[in-house]
Amino acid sequence: MADQLINQLLWPIIYILCITVPLIIAVAMFVYWERKVIGWMHVRLGPSKIGPFGLLQAFADVVKLLIKEVILPTKANRFLYFMAPLLALIPALAAWAVIPFSSKMVLSNANAGVLYLLAMTSLGVYGIIIAGWASNSRYALLGAMRSAAQVISYELAMGLCLVCVLVLAGSLNLTDIVNAQAGGKGLFDWFWLPLLPVFVIYFISGVAETNRAPFDVAEGESEIVAGFHVEYSGSAFAIFFLAEYANMILVSFLASILFLGGWLSPLQGWIHVDAPAWINWIWTGSWAWLFIKAFVMSFLFLWFRATFPRYRYDQIMRLGWKVLIPIAIVWVMVAGCMKFFGWVSIGVGA
Amino acid sequence: MNPQLFQLICFYAFGFVTVAAALSVITLKNTVHAVLALVLTFFSAACLWMLIDAEFLALALIVVYVGAVMVLFLFVVMMLDIDQEKMREGFVKFLPVGLIVAAAMLVEMLGLIGVRAMHAQAMGANPATAAGLSNTAWLGQALYTKFLLPFEIAALILTVGVVAAVALTLRTRGDARYESASQQVKVNPRDRVRIVKMAAERPVDETPAPPQESTP
Repeated sequence: MADQLINQLLWPIIYILCITVPLIIAVAMFVYWERKVIGWMHVRLGPSKIGPFGLLQAFADVVKLLIKEVILPTKANRFLYFMAPLLALIPALAAWAVIPFSSKMVLSNANAGVLYLLAMTSLGVYGIIIAGWASNSRYALLGAMRSAAQVISYELAMGLCLVCVLVLAGSLNLTDIVNAQAGGKGLFDWFWLPLLPVFVIYFISGVAETNRAPFDVAEGESEIVAGFHVEYSGSAFAIFFLAEYANMILVSFLASILFLGGWLSPLQGWIHVDAPAWINWIWTGSWAWLFIKAFVMSFLFLWFRATFPRYRYDQIMRLGWKVLIPIAIVWVMVAGCMKFFGWVSIGVGA
Repeated sequence: MNPQLFQLICFYAFGFVTVAAALSVITLKNTVHAVLALVLTFFSAACLWMLIDAEFLALALIVVYVGAVMVLFLFVVMMLDIDQEKMREGFVKFLPVGLIVAAAMLVEMLGLIGVRAMHAQAMGANPATAAGLSNTAWLGQALYTKFLLPFEIAALILTVGVVAAVALTLRTRGDARYESASQQVKVNPRDRVRIVKMAAERPVDETPAPPQESTP
């Protein structure tokens, strides 16, 4: 009994903590990295005072947010007001359950992994809408409406991109999807090449889904102050912040897994040398490659933010519905043809 | 704890949440709360389906209903400006009608279950596990081979519905003005801005001469 309890309850909880705790720390470091990178792009220094190179800035911010007072606006709906940050955070963390970090390292090797991810990302919008409604503020409600309309629109484009990947990989399991990108042609075996337009659309939709610049009308500082979380302060705001950045990192990981071969090495099949394990991973692939790819993808989020001016609301809708979705639909058929006529090699055997 | 007992406990827990949430949909005063209770009902129903290995159906329910349909529903309800007290007034008046509808539905459902029981078609083994496939793969194979025609017809009907909905709501006023993004993109900068090239000039004397009196 005790053995079973440990096996079925304790170990999963430890595994979950092994994913979420580093994720939360990664969010803190990512915020620091974002401020630093954008500072450099603006020819400023960025955070530089706290700790060496300002490295402890993020932690100082966390402590500051946690000891601030949480304010409840008058006539706000108390229960929903405090539920909303949790509803935003839970799906953002739960989605990580199916992410495979390497061929063996995965918390839940679910068969319907991609569907699960879609379900979790579509739940995240509730936190935003409820926050906007429950805080009894015009700005917050406007931000929530913008955000929800945007998330629903871009979810369609994102879903169609996933369909292309599924058609080629022939599986909903994320580990199988990565294995389908293995082969002897190095990085040209990954899905970014046959699905190049879809890869671009996927990442644009990912940026839009996380409400990041240039799609950040939901926050729109110059128009509606801060959007759906304008009334939140202290730790409640920190939770929204955490959810947004966890989602950004998630999109970066997903783009790496679905299109950039996950943990596979870009040199796969080119180098056949027996080296010690600490060198071997460079061409046999390991979790380190996934982290490198995700780091590069997440850097794009910051680069976009420092480069592009904000879209207008109608431009966002036009881009989503009239440009991205039609291209994605066409590419679903192209992917079907690729699979049917065998134009792309799937997996090592082919 | 054996897995079956665990599954049973999970079933009762999710079932309880489903029923409780469904009841609160019709009893809660605040309409937004009621919609959220409906979301919870869908979610726990999806969990129940997950328990019987119907993973595709469960996740599709969450993606489609919880993730999209209910979000739009929540929108509409949030925008409504209704007097909550007035909404409660007719409760007793409409109670008999509601009870009759509920009773009719109960009889129908019991009848359906009874007819099924007479056919004595006990639920067979899960066909997906029997075929050694995952639920999603089996469903996909069944839909695209055995039930291809009904599937395509259903898709066609849905498309017609979408077209009809767009046609019903697409109204344009004659005097409305729109921006055409394609025209905006096609604009030639030379039509808008004239770039003048000229040699650099020395500035004219710093202090301008006082305007000369001009005799009209």
